[in-house]
This record gives sequence, structure tokens and C-alpha cells, in this order.
Amino acid sequence: MHKKLWVILALVVIVPSLLFTVACAKKTVKSEPEMTQTTEDQSAMEAQAARDKAAAEEAARQAELDRQRQMEEQELQRQMMAARNMFMNENIYFDFDSSVLLPAAQEVLKSKAAWMQANPDASVIIEGHCDERGTPAYNLALGDRRAESAKAFMVDLGIDATRLATISYGEERPVDKGSDEEAWAKNRRDEFVIE
Amino acid sequence: MLLTAGSGLAQTEYEYIDISNPFLRKIPLAVPWFKMTSGHAAEHEYARKAAGLISETLEFTGYFKILDQGAFLTDPLNPAIISANINFRNWTGIGAELLITGGILVKDDIVEMELRLFDTFKESLLVGKRYKGWVKDERQMIRRFCSEVIFHLTGSKGIFDSKIAFISTGTGHKEIYICEFDGYRPVQFTDNKNINLFPAWSSDTQWLAYTSYVKGKPDLYIKSLEEKRGATLDKKGLQITPAWVPGKFELAATLSFSGDQEIYLLTGTGKITKRLTYSRGIDVAPTWSPDGKRMAFVSKRSGSPQIYIKDIASGRVERLTFEGRYNTEPSWSPIGDKIAYSGMTAGEINIYVIDAEGGDPTQLTQNQGSNESPSWSPDGSLIVFSSTRQGLSRIYVMTAYGTDQRRLLALPGEQSNPAWSASAVNN
Repeated sequence: MHKKLWVILALVVIVPSLLFTVACAKKTVKSEPEMTQTTEDQSAMEAQAARDKAAAEEAARQAELDRQRQMEEQELQRQMMAARNMFMNENIYFDFDSSVLLPAAQEVLKSKAAWMQANPDASVIIEGHCDERGTPAYNLALGDRRAESAKAFMVDLGIDATRLATISYGEERPVDKGSDEEAWAKNRRDEFVIE
Repeated sequence: MLLTAGSGLAQTEYEYIDISNPFLRKIPLAVPWFKMTSGHAAEHEYARKAAGLISETLEFTGYFKILDQGAFLTDPLNPAIISANINFRNWTGIGAELLITGGILVKDDIVEMELRLFDTFKESLLVGKRYKGWVKDERQMIRRFCSEVIFHLTGSKGIFDSKIAFISTGTGHKEIYICEFDGYRPVQFTDNKNINLFPAWSSDTQWLAYTSYVKGKPDLYIKSLEEKRGATLDKKGLQITPAWVPGKFELAATLSFSGDQEIYLLTGTGKITKRLTYSRGIDVAPTWSPDGKRMAFVSKRSGSPQIYIKDIASGRVERLTFEGRYNTEPSWSPIGDKIAYSGMTAGEINIYVIDAEGGDPTQLTQNQGSNESPSWSPDGSLIVFSSTRQGLSRIYVMTAYGTDQRRLLALPGEQSNPAWSASAVNN
């Protein structure tokens, strides 16, 4: 520390008066810019490093942003798929020998209509189904009415009728082959298939 | 001589079978083995087989009690087959009231048969016929004679050349099959690996109409049984439950292209000519009176599915069923006086018969699973239907009075929706 102070003193005060002692002074002077340069190099490097770091940080930030954007996109995609799947998978259910839309069914149909409004290119087939009780011909007619009920409701909500086709399967395609009220309740349904 | 016999027959026609309920008392009938003419081994086999086939064919009608061969007092290998040689007391002694004898000659591929029906108490010949044909046509000859027997005893032609169409899932799909009246020789009719439903015979038995999902939705197909021609109706919505108008190339069917299920009249080529029902809500499953002037059908117009009859000329519609809250699948008897249908109470479906003019229904099945889809034999004496009494859905036959319920045929898968044809025209 003292040595360094002495060196600085020598540089500022003694060196000009001791020009003859060049070698020494030179050596000293020589050593001094070297030091200065080292300092300059260091700071340049430091600046570069800072810039690099900033760039890296920026890149990371960008990457993170991209990742987020991608995730958001994926999330959106996922949500759209989920909405689509929900549209496809969420059935509406009916009482025995009835094609009247129950309140829960109406809520489901409202969300389905919203989805169709958000997806104006989609066309949908509404399938009407019945439980095994009753007879095949009457059940086919009943399934037809169940599909038509849902269609009429969605048309009332502003969906173009040409985007909604209906098909009845009557009692031909149960989702649950059981013969109890639980199975029957699952089978008395409309299914929604995106074309 | 012939004339005397003729008038005699006319008087005795219904003496044997009480048409008010012919199944209440079955007529004891004996069918001994046929008498061999040449005595060849092949003839021996046919002599037994033919007697067995006559017994089975006539027993199917429900009119007869076939007597056990073991009780016969005669030599089974040397039966007397003509009046002069028959000791009728051998037959009355074991309770036989009717006797059928046969003589058979088999030579190469040709079979000759002489068949006779006797009244054992009157000791008189009622029907006598001789047949000659290919050995492979033996079954047809036997059936023709049985038709003569039934015609003599009841005054109606019988059912032995009729067929039954039905749905079977043996292939894993609901395909249409056709078998003979007694379940013999089932043949697959559709082969589209999809859902096929509601087979319906034209009254000349030349056409079959049915619903098929072969193009992804319930369309109507009208197909010639003999030739490769037909028509399709594939409008929007349903096209189901075809029913041919008796004696015409026309049919009624339920269509829903309007968004409402209504019954329409179509030509046999699938053109809509007239709307037959005008009620918001389900109208389905038409069936015609034999004169084609009235149509029974199912409607939900009163809140629950019930059977109605429409008079075509006046347009008047009257409700037929009032008991129960689920009456569907009407089938109008070809004789005209009765309508069979299925009714559901407490989750169980049973077959009922009701007078076409109304009144109290008679329940024909009970406590034996679900019994559905009744269809009448062409003479109105029998009803074919499906039942889950043994678990899986199978096809059964019973008399019009609900007696003699038995399974029609054994096939893999489930069978349903039987439709009995009229008797073939060219036979």
C-alpha cells in the first residue's frame, strides 16, 4: 500500500525531475501504462462482459417470453381443444319418454352455442339416443325428437340451422349396457359430434 | 260320387276345429310310418322321415295333438294305408280322431307319395292326394299336403308356404334374415355390417322394405326379393317402420324430414304421394287392415304412446288402447278382426290382442321377460314375437290365443323384430 503510494508520488512529482534516470523512470513509466492498459482492458472486458451478460439476459428474457408465449399458445390450444372436447363429450340428458330440455341441458346447450359462435366454421351432428326400455320404432322417433329439441334450442340462440344436423339412433347404441336406472339415465341422451 | 263327397265336406268343414278357440281342445292325430313300395334301404329312411315331417308341420299349427308312435297297435313296418285295409278301431282305441297314412316309392332321385287323411270315427276318407317329384323337394310335397289338410279342416289355406323375416346379430351387426314359417333354413338377406331394422313384406311377398343405416342414417330401402332392383328414400331425418298396403304396390312409413315424425303414403318406388297423419309429436309404426281402408298406428298425441286407428276415406282418427301408458308395435291380423300389440307395465313388455273395434285387451304373455314385436301368420292363427324369457332376445311363436308358446329357431346372437309374410302367391 505504502509502496503503491510512493510509486504514484514518484510518477507525479519525481519522474519529470529525474528524466535522466530514464531507464529507471522509463521502467517505471513503462510499467505504468502497462498497468493503465491493464486497467483499461479490464474495464473494456468488464463492459463487454456486462454487454454480453445483458445480451444473454435479454436473450433469456426473450426466450422466456417466447416460452411464455408458446405456453400461452399451448394453453390456448389446450383450452380450445378442451372446449372442443367438452363440446364433443358433454352430453345432455332427458327424462324417460321425454324430449323436453331439462334446465341443466339448457345450460349445456348455451355453452355449446357459445362455442359454435366462437368457431363459425364448425358443423355439428346431434345424435338422439334412448334407453333400452320401450320398443325400437317408438324409441327411434323419440331419439329423433331429442336431437331436434337440442337443434331448435341452439337455432333460437342464433346458430344457423344449416350447421346443425340430427340423427336418431333410438335404443341401438347405449353407452351403458346395464339394465338399471343409472344405466338408463346415461343412455337417455343427445351426443354432439363435430363434423 | 264326387259331388256327394264335396257337399259332405262342406258340412263337416268346421266340425273338427272350433274356430272360436281352436286351441282349447287339440285333435288327436296319428301319423304312422309310410308304407314302402320297393322296400329299398333309402325308401325305408324316407318312410320314417316323411311321417315325422308331417307330424312336425301339422303340430306347428297348434290344432293337433300328435299321438306317440309307441302307442300304436299296428305293425309299424307294414301299415294299412287305404280305407278297405284299415282297422279303424286300432286307431279309435288309442284315442286318434284323425289318421294320416302315406305310401312312398323312391326310385333314383324321384319320389312318389300318396297321402290320405281319415276321420277314424266316421271311418271315412277326408283328403287324398298323390305327389311325384325330386327327392330334394320332399319337404314341399309334404307341406302341400298339410295345406290341403288344414284347408279341409279350417277352410283357410294355412301358412306352410309363408316366410318370416327377422333381425339377427349373429355377425355382430343387426342384419335381416329370412327363414321358412317353421324356422327352417334361415338365410341372411342384408350384408352391410350396419344397423338394419323393421323388415316389411309386400302382400305378394315379392318385396321387402326395411330401414338401414348403411349410409350413416336411418334411410328406407325397398328391395325386390327375386330381382336386383329397388328404391331408396334417404331424405333428412328418419325413414322407418314401413308397412305395405294389402294388395297394392304402396306402403306407409314414418318420415321426419319436416322435423316432426309423421306417417306418409309412398309408392313402391319410394315417391311420397300423401301425408296420412297430422299431429305434432310422434306418429309411428303403421299397420293396415286387410282391406287397406284403415290404418292403425302409434301416436303420442295424448301424452303417452297409444294405438290409434285412422279411417283413410273419412280421415277420422280414433284411439284404440286406453289401458297402460306405453302401447306400441300394433300388428293388424290378416283376418281383420284383431290387432296385436305390445304394452309396457312396470317395466315389463307383453303382447296383447285387442278387437279392432275396441274393447278390453287380452294379455297373451306374462312373467316371462320382455315380449315384443308381434306379427300374425297369414291365416291369423299364430303370432310370432321376440322374447327375452331365456335371457337373450329370441324369436317365439304362439297361437292367437297365447297357447303353445315355443322358440322358433336357434341361431347365434340375438334375434328380434320378426315379420311374417303372406302366403306365397305362386304356390
